[in-house]
Amino acid sequence: MTATVTPTVQPGSSAASKLVKRIATARETGILVALLLVILFATISNPTFLFSGDGFRDLLLTPSLLLLVAVGSAIVIITRNVDLSVGSIVGLTAYLTGRLFIDIPGIPLIGVFVGGVLLGGLLGLINGSLVAFARVPALVITLGTMYVYRGINVAWTGSDRINASDLPPDFRALGTDRILGIPILTIIAVVVLVVAAWYLRNLRSGRELYAIGSDPAAAHLYGLRVTRRVIGAFVTSGALAGLAGVLYAARYGTVSSGAGFGWELQAIGAAVIGGVAISGGVGTVWGAAIGAFLLLTINRALPILGIDDFWQRAVVGVLILGAIVLDRVLAVRQHRRLIAQREETR
Amino acid sequence: MTALTDAAPARTYKAHAKPAWRRVLLTRESAIIAILILVIVVALATVRNFDSPLTVTYLLRDIAPILLIALPMTLIIITEEIDLSVASIVGLSSVMTGILTQAGVPFPLAALVAVLVGTIAGAFNGFLITVVGLPSLAVTIGTLALFRGIAVGLLGTTAITEFPEEWTDLAKANLPGTPIPMIMIPFVVLAIIFAVVLHFTPFGRSLYAIGLSKEAAAFSGIDVGRTKFLLFVVSGAVSGFAGVYFTLLYSNARGDNAMGMELQVIAAVLLGGVSIFGGRGALHGVIAGVLLIGTLGSALRLASVSSDIINVITGLLLIVSVVSSSLLAWLQVRRASAIGKRKGRADASSDPS
Repeated sequence: MTATVTPTVQPGSSAASKLVKRIATARETGILVALLLVILFATISNPTFLFSGDGFRDLLLTPSLLLLVAVGSAIVIITRNVDLSVGSIVGLTAYLTGRLFIDIPGIPLIGVFVGGVLLGGLLGLINGSLVAFARVPALVITLGTMYVYRGINVAWTGSDRINASDLPPDFRALGTDRILGIPILTIIAVVVLVVAAWYLRNLRSGRELYAIGSDPAAAHLYGLRVTRRVIGAFVTSGALAGLAGVLYAARYGTVSSGAGFGWELQAIGAAVIGGVAISGGVGTVWGAAIGAFLLLTINRALPILGIDDFWQRAVVGVLILGAIVLDRVLAVRQHRRLIAQREETR
Repeated sequence: MTALTDAAPARTYKAHAKPAWRRVLLTRESAIIAILILVIVVALATVRNFDSPLTVTYLLRDIAPILLIALPMTLIIITEEIDLSVASIVGLSSVMTGILTQAGVPFPLAALVAVLVGTIAGAFNGFLITVVGLPSLAVTIGTLALFRGIAVGLLGTTAITEFPEEWTDLAKANLPGTPIPMIMIPFVVLAIIFAVVLHFTPFGRSLYAIGLSKEAAAFSGIDVGRTKFLLFVVSGAVSGFAGVYFTLLYSNARGDNAMGMELQVIAAVLLGGVSIFGGRGALHGVIAGVLLIGTLGSALRLASVSSDIINVITGLLLIVSVVSSSLLAWLQVRRASAIGKRKGRADASSDPS
């Protein structure tokens, strides 16, 4: 498991073979292979799954929104916390997006994006501050804010809803347009993913998130700024959910008070399937992103494979369980290997 | 010097000792019960129709599944675990009840099988958590999706609404001459059993021990794995029973029954003073917590406050209650250390040696 983060260096192996070995043993490879197999079988059964314009677009578009939320959830889970309020944040910012266009005619697109991300970040800041300063478990706090944010959302929306006609055409175009055949939403999501992955892998503050998640007490004793980092993780998660909310409005056009309902569990599920350990300190946002793609691709593939899509959630459940059992097996093996190594060097 | 160190702990103890009535009244559980009574009194005085027997009946009927499931959930959270799959088990049990009844199986047998399915689902959770050794949060997020998926997969979007009338009538019936629904009988029986087991048996004490320190509990001879396995099995069985009741009450078996109820149960348990870190909590607090959420919701609905505001209040209640208790603990530590320092100075000045 930890092998994906700090691969054990074998003396005398070339850079190329090391790379091959790393890819072959990476936790994300398994889930990526599963995703490719699903796409392969669905395409064999029905070539339009991949090879029609709509098929290809749907394959990329729908998971892109969940990807953003899943990346945020992965960052929070890596610090050994959890954010149950992201679905509610998506709903609130999606409605805010519509309201901004209605209430401020002619508002520039960038203003709407900034508004959504700021609101999401602010809601994340509330989560993070409560978790970090009041020393209350994130599960409890975000369970509470999940109710509060969703309640505010429903109270604000009422029976009202945003319709596609309320949104300017160039904003709606964002949800459907493509550059070089790739949907703009997917490009935005992938850029965010690359930035997050680079940050977690290369920057000191990113590495500290792993240290905090592995052992919060040790990280504190070592002098890491645990409070600041944990708040930062929640703000990031909230801001990404906010961005997903803005894009939700662009993608679907209609926003009711139920937007983003249940996304928190999907995002956590995506992260867990992608190898982010719920006990903190382990995993990558790449894994969470592939998990998000797998979750939603299965949903579309099942009917094509001749299975009612009612069974999607059961398949997702099996996937989550399979992923955590695999994690456990790998962790036990790693543990045994380390003990064996220690015996040898003695 | 020796005389001083002997005397000091006794004096410190005396400084912190509170009269028994203050210790009882200042617990988390008493606070929740006090708030519950306050809400009831205010609602009786200000909300029209809150005092009608029908309000009581509907309130108790609707929160009965949450009351039931909160009992095993309390025990599970005290051992520092969690069960997110309970509402999915309710849905699965509801679907099993419906399918078997539709297939012509006599209702009592169908209900029994549904409870059994819930028990097996709980055992599956328990197996993955205790035998395979996985974290319960991750396992039950997985089985939350799995059990719900099986329930939805079996029935699709169809719903089964035909149930023997004598049984649906029983689920809706009240105790003769009172506005209290019959479902309160099994609940009270279960609550007494759970309370006695948790608070008056070595097994109950071992749950607190496990929650405080799994390792220490194991060293003192508690079979941690078997204990936790048992709790998840019981949680599955009670959720299965709640599923049968849910089906009868609304004469409706659907795959998405009781969706999201796991979070309501957990919110109520935490509100009732059970620590998510394990090792702390009491059943009377939890029951008061469920009743508080239910009563508040019912009173606000009667006062035609929208259900969204009720959600906001539920969430705020949960946050304020946990934040305030952690704040109180922090203040207590600070005060204790301040007293300690003062005492240290006083002792030092009186005894310069």
